[in-house]
Amino acid sequence: MGRYVARRLLQMIPVFIGTTLLIFLMVNVLPGDPVAALWGDKPPDPAQVAQIKHDRGLDLPLWQQYLHYMWGLLQGDFGNTIAGNRPILDEITAALPVSARLAAMAWTFELVVGIALGVIAGIRRGRIIDNSVTLFTLLVISVPIFVFGLLFQLLFGNQLGWVTPTVQNSEDMAQLLMPALVLGLVGLAYVARLTRTSIAENIKADYMRTAVAKGLPRRRIVSRHLLRNSLIPVVTYLGTDIGTLMGGAVVTEGIFNVTGVGNLLFQALARREGAVIVGIVTVMVLVYLLASLLVDLLYAVLDPRIRYA
Amino acid sequence: MRGATHAKWAACAVAVALAATACGGGADTSGGGSGDGSGIVRSSWGDPQNPIEPANTNEVQGGKVLDMIFRGLVKYDPKTGEAQNTVAEKIDTTDSQNFTVTIKDGWTFSNGEKVTAKSFVDAWNYGAHIDNKQNNSTFFSNIEGYDEVHPESGAAKAKTMSGLVVKDDKTFTVKLSEKFSLWPQTLGYQAFSPLPQAFFKDHAGWLKKPVGNGPYVIESYTKGSGMKLRKWDDYKGEDAAKNGGVDLNVYTDNNTAYTDLMAGNIDLVDDVPAKQLKNVKNDLGDRYINQPALIIQTLVFPLYDKNWGKDGMEKVRRGLSMAINREQITKQIFQDTRTPAKDWTSPALGDKGGYDPEGCGDACKYDPAQAKKLIEEGGGLPGGKVTVTSNVDTGSHRDWMDAVCNSINNALGKGAVCTVDPVGTFADFRSRTAQFKWTGPFRSGWQADYPLIQNFLQPLYYTGASSNYGKFTDKKFDDLVDRANQESDTAKAVEDFQSAQKLLGDQMPAIPLWYQNGSAGYSENVGDVALNQFSVPVYEEITVN
Repeated sequence: MGRYVARRLLQMIPVFIGTTLLIFLMVNVLPGDPVAALWGDKPPDPAQVAQIKHDRGLDLPLWQQYLHYMWGLLQGDFGNTIAGNRPILDEITAALPVSARLAAMAWTFELVVGIALGVIAGIRRGRIIDNSVTLFTLLVISVPIFVFGLLFQLLFGNQLGWVTPTVQNSEDMAQLLMPALVLGLVGLAYVARLTRTSIAENIKADYMRTAVAKGLPRRRIVSRHLLRNSLIPVVTYLGTDIGTLMGGAVVTEGIFNVTGVGNLLFQALARREGAVIVGIVTVMVLVYLLASLLVDLLYAVLDPRIRYA
Repeated sequence: MRGATHAKWAACAVAVALAATACGGGADTSGGGSGDGSGIVRSSWGDPQNPIEPANTNEVQGGKVLDMIFRGLVKYDPKTGEAQNTVAEKIDTTDSQNFTVTIKDGWTFSNGEKVTAKSFVDAWNYGAHIDNKQNNSTFFSNIEGYDEVHPESGAAKAKTMSGLVVKDDKTFTVKLSEKFSLWPQTLGYQAFSPLPQAFFKDHAGWLKKPVGNGPYVIESYTKGSGMKLRKWDDYKGEDAAKNGGVDLNVYTDNNTAYTDLMAGNIDLVDDVPAKQLKNVKNDLGDRYINQPALIIQTLVFPLYDKNWGKDGMEKVRRGLSMAINREQITKQIFQDTRTPAKDWTSPALGDKGGYDPEGCGDACKYDPAQAKKLIEEGGGLPGGKVTVTSNVDTGSHRDWMDAVCNSINNALGKGAVCTVDPVGTFADFRSRTAQFKWTGPFRSGWQADYPLIQNFLQPLYYTGASSNYGKFTDKKFDDLVDRANQESDTAKAVEDFQSAQKLLGDQMPAIPLWYQNGSAGYSENVGDVALNQFSVPVYEEITVN
């Protein structure tokens, strides 16, 4: 087990270098110059552009820029933004807790409600409740997320006044509730569907018949035998979804005015702030890698037949 | 689950019913105060990318704050655009090149420091120096000695500009590198604000909490979230704040801000999103402002291309201008948030400032028959075709370009002779513009830095000027601009610029399309909301009910 984890952690190094290099190169081929963008629509001052580029090492060959960047990164230095010359680490550490909070709430929502719906639908396969869940998840998956965002905003924020339509203070959990629900909706639908399929399949398995024949209480059959054996695909999905919820919430964050990582990434892209983009992606890659390691370890917990050496 | 589904439908029905009868929200809680001048205005804001400092802030969001916490030598009247002395007692000159500035007694910064001649000279020297990398450094480029502190390449050769000399606490002199009669009127731009010594002693500390000499002081600033400004009770100027303060809340999207205005969470948005324009009359009634700003959109001809620049083509260029139905396009595509252009400046200048509704004359009036005739007289379109270009990532550019081409095609009646060449990003579009790569008319949007006719003409059409991307050159035009800059009388200078503009009407180096409007919407909580020429709300005048 320990060796396995160590091996996985070592494997992260090439993945990490590969992704950062790839993103670094991709950002650099985007048209547009972040330094010239400081002047907006006005003609930039060439002397000053040259000065800023020289100070930031942006006039060096690309491979040198990358090495500089990676060397800084190893020492925990993410570099500074071009506009405003602020440490990028500060920007990320300001946005990350907000996104983490939002993602955690959305994720819990997916997990609890999604699995519950899936279990109920799976057990009562073919009944009206199963059909309702299928219909509901179909609706959620097929309608774009911003439609729900705007609809909820209008309904609960503007018309009913239950919540503030936008997030005034990104630290306030109560205000983050609605964006988190919207953000978690799609994941919830997938979780419910995966659980339902898996449950519906396993409910006919031999060990289920045995468990029923042994006279075990129904609750125990469902929770210990049925659910546990059906969770593997769900856990896989939930694991990778952590990363998506953290970094991919651009649309939801935009609608509800949440100043999280998605928003930071969007702004950085618009301004061609390469170092910020690479910085955020680096953090996201780490989150993904750790989440997928966690998922793999959870397999062994769920299914004792899976062993890691 | 069945029950839940029902509930959902019921809720939707309620929502529809509510939307049909009344839009919820409205005036509720505000930051206290009832008409006694202590209420707080809650306004939308965008997070400025650069730290807020006068010579470095060149976008409107940071500019709003500078507007509230700084007062320079002169200030533009929000209604007429006229430059009025504020900190300056007088700015004298005899030759339009050497200026003596005298400042008024009694002005202080909010930290207690006095505003002196040195406050200005130090600030300007700081702003101009290349080592300080200030985005607005070029605003000081007509002061003598600028090329020493900000050379085109290499390190600076001097620390300060030789053209600035402090005479005493209240007086300093300025020598320009060439004559420029309207120079004192450019000083209302924020880059010319004075700076306290605290700025130079503890720069990092100042940036965290900027200190100025304007009607407001910054109470707190949280990057990414907002800024709280409060009325400065000891402010000595005539334009003291009529409210207790302003809370600027950061919105990442103007639609979100509009939603919050509707819900009563903020009082003022100064940018009404395009997709709400259809509802804005219903939502806000007369609490919606829509007025021309100092922005004009034009279609510039690449006169460096022989096909467009050769003699006789001016008729074709005029003809194309007359083939564009500006009225219809501004109404249908922009919902009247653009105003059809009648000259090459902006109505926000006012008549005294040089706006001339007859500046373009017939050449900007839609007249398809005349357009067709002129183009035929001029020898027709080069190769029988014209391609209109712009970036299409923002501002409905694709839509209006299609409309312009339609208008031209209909007027000429020769099929699809006008086509559109959309460019994906502004960055790409601009680099191709700066490299003079176009073979057909291309979009140019121009926002003036100060409400002066000079700023609309000289940088764009003077031979070799910084933004003359069509490479227009006309001896008579240049002479008139030179003469205007040497006039000692402002009114005469404006007249010269207007005569220069008349030449543009004959030559048509760029087709004026429309003036861009500034927009704002506000809640019933606040009153006396107005926008200045730069489309920024005049915060100090706003009253809270």
